[in-house]
Amino acid sequence: MRRREFLATGGALVIAFSIPRAAWAQDAEGAKLPGSLGKTPMLDSWIRIGTDGSITVFTGKCELGQGVRTALQQVAAEQLAVAFDRVTMVTADTERTPDEGFTSGSNSMKDSGTAILNAAAQARELLIAEAAKRLAVPSTQLVARDGSIVAPDGRRVAYGELVEGQLLHVNAQPHSTLIDRASRRVMGKPVQRVDIPGKVTGGVAYVQDLRLPGMVHARVVRPPQPGAKLRSLDASAARAMPGVVDVVRDGNFVAVIARSEFEAVRAMRALSDSATWDDGSLPPQEIHAHLLGLASKDTVIADRGTATSPAQYESTYHRPYHMHGAIGPSCAVGLLQDGKLTVWTHTQGVYPLRAAIAELVKMPPDKVHCIHMEGSGCYGHNGADDAGGDAALLAVTHPGRPVRVQHMREQEHSWEPYGPAMVTKARASLGADGRIVSWEFDVWSNTHSTRPGKAGNLAAGMLVASPFAASPPGTIPQPEGGGDRNSIPLYSVPRVKVTSRFIPEMPLRVSALRGLGAYMNVFSIESFMDELAVAAKADPVGFRLRHLDDPRAVSVVQAVAERFGWSTWQREPGHGRGFAFARYKNLAAYFAIAMDVEVTRESGEIRVGRVCCAIDSGEAVNPDGIRNQTEGGVVQSLSWTMLEAVTWDAKRITSRDWGRYPVIRFQHVPRSLDVQVIDRPGEPFLGTGEAAQGPTAAALANAVADATGVRIRDIPLNPARVAATLRRV
Amino acid sequence: MITLEVNGHRHDVDVDPSTPLLYVLRGELALNAAKFGCGLGQCGSCTVMVDGEAIYSCITPVSTLAGRRITTVEGLGTVDKPGPVQRAFIEEQAAQCGYCIPGMMMRAQALLEKNPGASEDEIRKALEPNLCRCGTHMRILRAVARAGKLMGAK
Repeated sequence: MRRREFLATGGALVIAFSIPRAAWAQDAEGAKLPGSLGKTPMLDSWIRIGTDGSITVFTGKCELGQGVRTALQQVAAEQLAVAFDRVTMVTADTERTPDEGFTSGSNSMKDSGTAILNAAAQARELLIAEAAKRLAVPSTQLVARDGSIVAPDGRRVAYGELVEGQLLHVNAQPHSTLIDRASRRVMGKPVQRVDIPGKVTGGVAYVQDLRLPGMVHARVVRPPQPGAKLRSLDASAARAMPGVVDVVRDGNFVAVIARSEFEAVRAMRALSDSATWDDGSLPPQEIHAHLLGLASKDTVIADRGTATSPAQYESTYHRPYHMHGAIGPSCAVGLLQDGKLTVWTHTQGVYPLRAAIAELVKMPPDKVHCIHMEGSGCYGHNGADDAGGDAALLAVTHPGRPVRVQHMREQEHSWEPYGPAMVTKARASLGADGRIVSWEFDVWSNTHSTRPGKAGNLAAGMLVASPFAASPPGTIPQPEGGGDRNSIPLYSVPRVKVTSRFIPEMPLRVSALRGLGAYMNVFSIESFMDELAVAAKADPVGFRLRHLDDPRAVSVVQAVAERFGWSTWQREPGHGRGFAFARYKNLAAYFAIAMDVEVTRESGEIRVGRVCCAIDSGEAVNPDGIRNQTEGGVVQSLSWTMLEAVTWDAKRITSRDWGRYPVIRFQHVPRSLDVQVIDRPGEPFLGTGEAAQGPTAAALANAVADATGVRIRDIPLNPARVAATLRRV
Repeated sequence: MITLEVNGHRHDVDVDPSTPLLYVLRGELALNAAKFGCGLGQCGSCTVMVDGEAIYSCITPVSTLAGRRITTVEGLGTVDKPGPVQRAFIEEQAAQCGYCIPGMMMRAQALLEKNPGASEDEIRKALEPNLCRCGTHMRILRAVARAGKLMGAK
């Protein structure tokens, strides 16, 4: 049924919905429903208006500190023609919100933003049509304003009076009448984030802050290394300690529950001391050689043009394992009550986690309720889901009692799934005109997603006496890609061949880290572009522009070159400048960056000076939110690239705290960081969060090469490596 | 029993004297702002002020704090009446996930009470012990400078 037909039924607002969902996802012409409406087409799955005029908007995406709650609220308020504060947002909750999968891949605005944009616009049109009947005024003469539909003669009907029955219980249509851009009040305007006041005044802002009546505190004891088996555990000392409620053991899963948090911590230490383990194993430290020795499944993902000449230039790049390293270790609260298990969690996907927990505790999924609450940071698949699994497993052993579990720092550092170590190899030839004529690129990588959905993807599911199978490691197909994300250059080159070499066997536990393979592939491609520019005796910016056709790509590159003052930059001794560009996933946000650095040759220390960057992520809903996310991406990528690598020895992960896994501190963040947001009103939302990761890494390496004359192709460019490399030349 | 003075209020707490202050703030006193980050004094997310000095509450036993003046973010103001540091962080939108921010604010408060006109280099140096993983550093620096101006203007 099309909306027109529905409206033609007059007062009969209750209609049957027996038609299968798939049939609703497309209209008669086959036009797809926008964003996540394709999967959840009912308008009232997204927007509910109470008879009191209250407006609630539902999203299946999670607030991770990226500000998506605020941006989605802006979209809804704009299209519903109400003040920003009139809208209450409900985020990811398996009993309340649509299933939008994971909050990942910079997809939240594309998926949920687009769905809410269209659902809100269509709801507004339905309200206008209903008011037209009530007021006997043609709908074209009515306007929506501040929560009412207003007629030319001044009569008005509040939304709450119009929603009796099932007005919004209808399917979305493929096309919407959006508020025209000139009269927008909320979208595109700088709106302050709704979550910040609570966070800076001690409000209950995180799952870590959740306190339920009768809540007890748990800590887990993890094996000393992956695959270690618990040989013996003497729990008597821990059990006798003050406040201890219980010690739980299931195979290699060990935890203690106590009345208070510090009592749990102390008992955990005692329990840990009393455990003996049969060793597991860790891979050799020469991890890249080890990875290249493992079997790979090779796929040619780009093959255009024909090879004419052998490659003149070849470079190989390495990336270590990186960790998410949230400042607050993962946490969750579980409660089994009246046969139902509720888990408060900072997962990125409440529905997939519900499936995994249901399997873990052997309960039907509809008896498991996952509610998202914010946690610390995120940046991908960290320990959040593991904590959810731990809390679930412990909660079912103590029905009626809320159990809060938080990991310790060394557990987070040692057990979170890391961003995979990778190797890339680039080869190219230049023509006489200084253009690239052929390009080949190979990328070796593990999977970049071992997210749950299966109990075996949770730490608890791996550790229990009867462990669960994890989902087999897989790739994310192009054009988005996983390990091979952004491995196909956006540059215009006659001959391009790209081979994705997927390594199923995982020497260390890995999963999604912000940007997935794009971080390494863009680092490699954009480093190599500079190497080729040097070979072609060309300016790096001009060399890139020579190979770019997409006008939006050209525009971010030019915007950054201009703001940075690329053409007038004056070199000082020890200083260099670097540039890089990418379009995230080759289909999302455009991003370019320029920076200058100073390198101290003796110490190998890099000081980042001025950074200018520009991002085009389509229509900008909250420009300051985009700036905030982009600044964060730049600084985090600088930290990864300048400092970070997971380390281990034969016995254990050795990078188990901030002393042994240093990250960037205030004295090493850039002297200045300028983000230009290039707004594209009316263009689709492209997402923001991951665009900066790859280009920032390459711009840094390019600046170091410019400053020193030495190209470093291995991450991290930490002082030890920089100094050692410079000593060798 | 130990008597702690937190944000101007006295609390008698019955805990083991070796318990770090952080657990008493979050547990017995149900204050949310100070956060558990590392338990090692490496990240600063647990930072509070004791007699005007920024300290790591995760490694400071309550036994050392009887009779001393403890201040947490809750003592700086409220959502309705935010103090200068809180106002500055809101005005600069200086948070992403925000988990590290209360610790940053307390370290900033300790600096600015002594030196509201702190230069950017002085602010960077003072904040060096505190980690932010979201990369909000540039905004935090601006917020602290702004807070200094607000405090100076008071």
